[in-house]
Amino acid sequence: MSEATAPATGGKSAGNQGAASKSAAAIDRAKAAGRKALVAYLPAGYPDKQTAIDAAIAVARNGADIIEIGIPYSDPVMDGAVIQAATTQALANGFRVADVFDVVAAVTAQTDAAVLVMTYWNPVLRMGVDEFSRRLAEAGGAGLITPDLIPDEAEEWFAASDKYGLDRVFLVAPSSTPERVAMTVQATRGFVYAVSIMGVTGARASVSSAAEAVVAAAHGAGAEHVCVGLGVSKPEHVREIAAYADGVIVGTALVAALRDGGVPAVGELARELSTAFDPATPTTTTGA
Amino acid sequence: MAHEPTASSSGPAGMDDAATAFLAGGNGPDARITEQSLRHAPGPYFGSYGGRWMPESLIAALDELEDTFEKAKVDPEFLAEVAELNKNYSGRPSLLTEARRFGEHAGGARIFLKREDLNHTGSHKINNVIGQALLARRMGKTRIIAETGAGQHGVASATAAALLGMECVVYMGAEDCRRQALNVARMQLLGATVVPVTNGSQTLKDAINDALRDWVANVETTHYLLGTAAGAHPFPAMVRFFHEVIGEEARAQILEQIGRLPDAVCACIGGGSNAIGIFHGFLDDAGVKIYGFEAGGDGVETGRHAATITLGRPGVLHGARSYLMQDEDGQTVESHSISAGLDYPGVGPEHAYLADIGRVSYEPITDAEAMDAFKLLSQTEGIIPAIESSHALAGAIKVGKRLTEGAATPSDIVIIVNLSGRGDKDVETAAEWFGMLDEDGHVKGTTLSTRSSKGAAPTAEANADENAEDATHE
Repeated sequence: MSEATAPATGGKSAGNQGAASKSAAAIDRAKAAGRKALVAYLPAGYPDKQTAIDAAIAVARNGADIIEIGIPYSDPVMDGAVIQAATTQALANGFRVADVFDVVAAVTAQTDAAVLVMTYWNPVLRMGVDEFSRRLAEAGGAGLITPDLIPDEAEEWFAASDKYGLDRVFLVAPSSTPERVAMTVQATRGFVYAVSIMGVTGARASVSSAAEAVVAAAHGAGAEHVCVGLGVSKPEHVREIAAYADGVIVGTALVAALRDGGVPAVGELARELSTAFDPATPTTTTGA
Repeated sequence: MAHEPTASSSGPAGMDDAATAFLAGGNGPDARITEQSLRHAPGPYFGSYGGRWMPESLIAALDELEDTFEKAKVDPEFLAEVAELNKNYSGRPSLLTEARRFGEHAGGARIFLKREDLNHTGSHKINNVIGQALLARRMGKTRIIAETGAGQHGVASATAAALLGMECVVYMGAEDCRRQALNVARMQLLGATVVPVTNGSQTLKDAINDALRDWVANVETTHYLLGTAAGAHPFPAMVRFFHEVIGEEARAQILEQIGRLPDAVCACIGGGSNAIGIFHGFLDDAGVKIYGFEAGGDGVETGRHAATITLGRPGVLHGARSYLMQDEDGQTVESHSISAGLDYPGVGPEHAYLADIGRVSYEPITDAEAMDAFKLLSQTEGIIPAIESSHALAGAIKVGKRLTEGAATPSDIVIIVNLSGRGDKDVETAAEWFGMLDEDGHVKGTTLSTRSSKGAAPTAEANADENAEDATHE
C-alpha cells in the first residue's frame, strides 16, 4: 500500500486494503500458488436457495477463490439481461434478503473461499447498515461489493465495515478521474473492482482494452489488489486479464451455465476458468 | 387571508418579458431571497435527501453535467437562448386563466389555472428539455436518451432533439406504450426511436432503469435527458431550475390580475417536476399554502397507488435518497395509477424535504377523484386536462372547500392550480373510463356518461354537479 493522502471521504481505514481482509487473503493465497484469483458471481436464491448454495460450493471447489453472492433486487441497473432474468426469477420464487445470510454461512462453512455479498444499496439501508453488517459478519461473510454506492455516500458503511471487520469493495471505471480512482482506492478494503467496460454485466466477445488502463490506474493509486469484472466469460479472457490484474471476476457466464446445465455445468465452467490461469492449459472456448 | 402585494411584484411590465422572468429564476437579484429562503437550493442534498447513489461509471458524466449546468445558469448568453426559445418556440409566458364555473364546485373559491397545457408539445415538459438539450449541445453530445411514462416527456425530448438536430432514443414501459399509443406515434413522427421496456412492471421506473443502462454504455456521446426533478445530483436542482419559470410567471401574473398573492397553490406529483417548478415561485411566501397531490390509484388503503410521500419510506432509487414505495426488504413496490405520468414509486428529493419540514402538504387523490375532476373541468371550462393535472384539479376542489368553509365571501379565497398538461393523449383512457366505448372500442355516443359500472348516466351538467358534491365517492 502506498502512502497516498487520505481520501476526501474521511478515509477511516486508509491504507488497510489488505489488513484483516478475507478477500485480500484469498487473493494472496492464489498469488502464493503462482496464479491469479478467480472471483465467481452467483445470485442468492437462484433458482432456489439450496441450489444457489450447491452451485456456489461447486464453484468454490472447482477453483474459485472468492464467491460473490448477489442479492436479487427489483431495480438492478448495472446488470444485463441474463443476471436480471435470474434475479427476477429468484424474487418470484420467494427470495428474501435475510436468505443471503444462510447462503453465505453455508458456503463459508463448506469451502475455503472468501464470500462477499454483491448488493445494490437500498436493501442494506432498509435492514439498517449496522444490522446488515452484523448479520453478514456473523454468517462469516467477507464484506460487500456495492455497485451503486460510491465512497462519497458511504459514511455509514465505513463505520459499520470497520466495526465488524468487513471488506468494502468499491468500483472504479474507465471513466473515473485520477482523483476519483485515488479516493476510491483509499476507501476500499479487500480489492478494487475494476470495471472493464462502460456498460452493464453480460458476456462479451472480447475484453475491452480499457481494462488494463483501469487496473494500472488503481495500482498506481496504491491498490494492492485489483480484480477485473464485466464482460469476462471465457478462459482466454481470464488468461488475458491475468497478465495485468490480481484477479478475474466472472458472473454472467456462470449464471448462464447454472441456468442451462445446473450445478454440474457451473462447476465445470469454474474448473475451465480456474485452470486457464495455468499457462500450460490450451485455450478453449466454452459454450457459456 | 388576503396578502399584500410584495415589493417585488412586477405588474404588467414584469410579465411582458419572459426572458426577464426566466433570468430572475436563476441567480438574479431577488428581494425575497434571504438566509431562510427555501428557493433555489443548489443540491446535492435537500435536508437528508438527494445525493448520488449511482454506479461509479456515471460519476464523471454527472460531474461534467453539473459543471456545465453551473456555468450555464450564470451565463447570460445561455439564459438568453433558453428565454428566447421559451418565448418564441414554446409559447411562454403561458396564460393564467381564471376558471370561474369550475371554481363554483370548489366551495366558490376563485381558481386560476396556470396553463402549461398551452405550451408547445402540450405540457410543462418542454421547459426542461429545451434547457437540457442546450446543455447537451454545450457538452458536445450528439445523442439524447430519455425515459417517459405518459409520453409527454418523450414527445418533448423528441421535439428538442429534432430542433437541435440530435439523435433521440426514448425508453417507455411496454404497458405505457399501450396506454399512450398516440404519443408513441408522435415521438416516431418527430424522428425518435421508441424502445418498449418489458422488464419489471413495464412502466416508468423500468424505463428509467433501461435508460440508465444505455447511458452507462454510451455516456461519451449521449446525454440522459431525465424528465423529472429526481435522480442523482445535479438532476433535481437542474430540472427544477428550468421549471422555475412556471412559478415566477404565475406569481407575477396573479399579482397583476388580482393585486395579491394566492391563498393556495396546487400541483400534481409523480416525480414532481411541474410541482417543484410552480412551488418555487411561492416557497418563501409564508402566507401561501402549498399542496402536492399524489396518485392515490385505487385508494391508498388498497396498496394499488403511487402515493410515495403519503405511504413511502426514505430509501434510495435511481440515484437519489428520497421517499420510496418499498417493501420490508427494500425492494421497490410497483406503483399504480390511471395516470402513466404519475405511476412512479419514487419522488424528487426536494419534495421529500419540503414534506418533512411541513412547507408543502402532500395528499393522495384517487383515480376516480381525478377522473371526476377531468370531466368537471372539461365541461365547465372547455379545457380537457391531462389526467396527471386532473389530480391537482381534484385536490384544488378539496382545498377550495376547506378554505371557504364558513367564509362569508368564498370568492375571497384564491387558488392557483398548475395545469401541467393537456388531455389529448388521455382521450382514449377517459373514453374507456367513462364507458364511452362499445365492445369493439368504438365511441358509443357524444355525451360523456359515468362508467358503466356505476349504473345510469345522468346528464353531463348534472353529473358534474354530482361529482363536485361528492368528489370522494368510490
